[in-house]
Amino acid sequence: MFNKDRWKEILEVLTGNWFRTVLTAFGVFWGIFILIILLSAGKGLENGIMQDFGDIATNTMFMWSRATTKAYKGLPKGRSFLFKTEDVQAIRDKVPNLRFISPRNQLGGFGGANNVVRGLRTGAYNVYGDYPEIIKQDPMSIIDGRFINYSDINEKRKIAIIGEGVKNGLYDKGEDALGTYIKIQGVNFLVVGVYKKKSNDGDGEEGQKQIFVPFTSFSQAFNRGTDVGWMAITANDGTSITSIKNNIMGVVKENHKVHPDDQRAVGHFDLYEQFQRVQSLFGALRFVAYFVGILVLLSGVIGVSNIMLIVVKERTKEIGIRRALGEDPWSIKLQILMESIFLTIISGMAGITLGALFIYGINTLLDMNGPVDMFANPSVGLGVVIGALAILIISGLFAGFIPAQSAIKVRPIDALRTE
Amino acid sequence: MIEIKELHKSYKMGANSLHVLKGLNFSIKEGELVAIMGSSGSGKSTLLNILGMLDEADTGDYTLDGVPIKNLNETKAAKYRNKFLGFIFQSFNLINYKSAMENVALPLYYQKVPRKQREEKALKYLTQVGLKEWAEHLPNELSGGQKQRVAIARAMAAEPKVLLADEPTGALDSKTSYEVMDLIQNINDQGNTILVVTHEEDIAQMCKRIVHLKDGVIVEDKKVEQVRAAQYVQ
Repeated sequence: MFNKDRWKEILEVLTGNWFRTVLTAFGVFWGIFILIILLSAGKGLENGIMQDFGDIATNTMFMWSRATTKAYKGLPKGRSFLFKTEDVQAIRDKVPNLRFISPRNQLGGFGGANNVVRGLRTGAYNVYGDYPEIIKQDPMSIIDGRFINYSDINEKRKIAIIGEGVKNGLYDKGEDALGTYIKIQGVNFLVVGVYKKKSNDGDGEEGQKQIFVPFTSFSQAFNRGTDVGWMAITANDGTSITSIKNNIMGVVKENHKVHPDDQRAVGHFDLYEQFQRVQSLFGALRFVAYFVGILVLLSGVIGVSNIMLIVVKERTKEIGIRRALGEDPWSIKLQILMESIFLTIISGMAGITLGALFIYGINTLLDMNGPVDMFANPSVGLGVVIGALAILIISGLFAGFIPAQSAIKVRPIDALRTE
Repeated sequence: MIEIKELHKSYKMGANSLHVLKGLNFSIKEGELVAIMGSSGSGKSTLLNILGMLDEADTGDYTLDGVPIKNLNETKAAKYRNKFLGFIFQSFNLINYKSAMENVALPLYYQKVPRKQREEKALKYLTQVGLKEWAEHLPNELSGGQKQRVAIARAMAAEPKVLLADEPTGALDSKTSYEVMDLIQNINDQGNTILVVTHEEDIAQMCKRIVHLKDGVIVEDKKVEQVRAAQYVQ
């Protein structure tokens, strides 16, 4: 195979008709180029969406209470109920494989009235009563001071961790927020930390305008007793929250005398399910990319096969001469196959190279013009490139197979008679 | 060297079958220069193709240098052709994109002779046919006579047992024809067995023996006084 004369001949044949060779190569080139572009575009979309998910623990569900829709144990339907702090312990006891259970309470909300005062300044912010674990479920970086800890919870300290947006609204530029007091609905809280959330586009701004206080202090300060507004529950890695969410909801339904079949009494949002749905969407996208790319590549390969057939036809007489001189038919077959594979691989490599350059260009453009919604860092892995090369070699083999077969099918005597 | 017995060959032409060779018998000894003559359709090319293992006889025996040539598959036929036979065609059949030397070296390439030896040998035979200076030229840069001389060098390169020439002068004018025949005679003088198919009487007279074919049978097989081509060549 690594025979100088054979390679010389391959090059002689392929360069004999430049225009035709280039046109033929273009089919394969274009196919692999499209494949690379489609895959990298899919990857870019995936990266963009995944960035939107940010660092949020995706194996998480959120759960809140609503009015019952079924009468049960003598209680009427349409009854409202609230989760209690006891529910947290009950879930922890009865459902295994849970990593975090964070009960949460909330004040204010989007478009709400001003509820926070500092000196002469006021602002409307979301105020959450939270446990320390929430920072692992809804990650944020503490840029100053600290986050809530269990001493705060146990001693019901009135402390607050404020967002960067809150700090900008209530403080002068350059002013130190730590150690100052803010008044949340008339109750003073000591600021002990400032956080910053990774920008999730869209609600990025809103994400910086939150205030976190210890769950217990919140309950006491705002008269929530043992009520729990909602819960964020994360399962252990390896157990999907989707598979155990019915158990969790079953526990709270039992505790609150809600009919087990009442689907609407407990509202929930399953982040993992959404995440999986997005994941499967990307799977489908990848499939489409491969499907379209390989079909385009196939038409290129058929083009190569076609041209090789013509080449063989043109060289019928030459093949006849060579066989009359005593060349082994297998050697002729190998020659045709190698020409085909060589042409396919060369044009495929050109496609891969240009595709990579194209991706590089797009990335440079993206870097220059800042982030774009739902699209980031399009790329293809080395595995894809190696896979594409394997596809090329196999398709080159297929493209050459029929022509090679037809090359040795003609008897030398008939080949010699061809003019 | 060559022995054939009761050789039959017919071609199917649609519904009809054309009986081309009707039981040929003859033998050729080493060192002979034999002309096979006949008008077109007499079966001379068919005979040559069978002798050259390019075609197969329907029935009959063919022995070449003591080896029975029978039931060959393509790979084996290719090997025998390479080892036993050298072909000279009417239309030269050189490979256009290869230089004269590469053309001559081809049979050696198929014998897997190393490149250097191959080139040495090819050059030697090109020198013998007087085309050493033309070694690097492509066939379309050569005249008809030169092309045929390259083809003869190529046929000799593998040092075959028998040279088979199919109308070697058919595409040449008489002057170059005689030059080519002179070359063929010289090669024969060195002891090579040569078979020439021709329909030209003067070419046939330059061989040592003439076999006359007519309608698929041998009508005449005679030894002749060889006319040397050299006297026509200045």
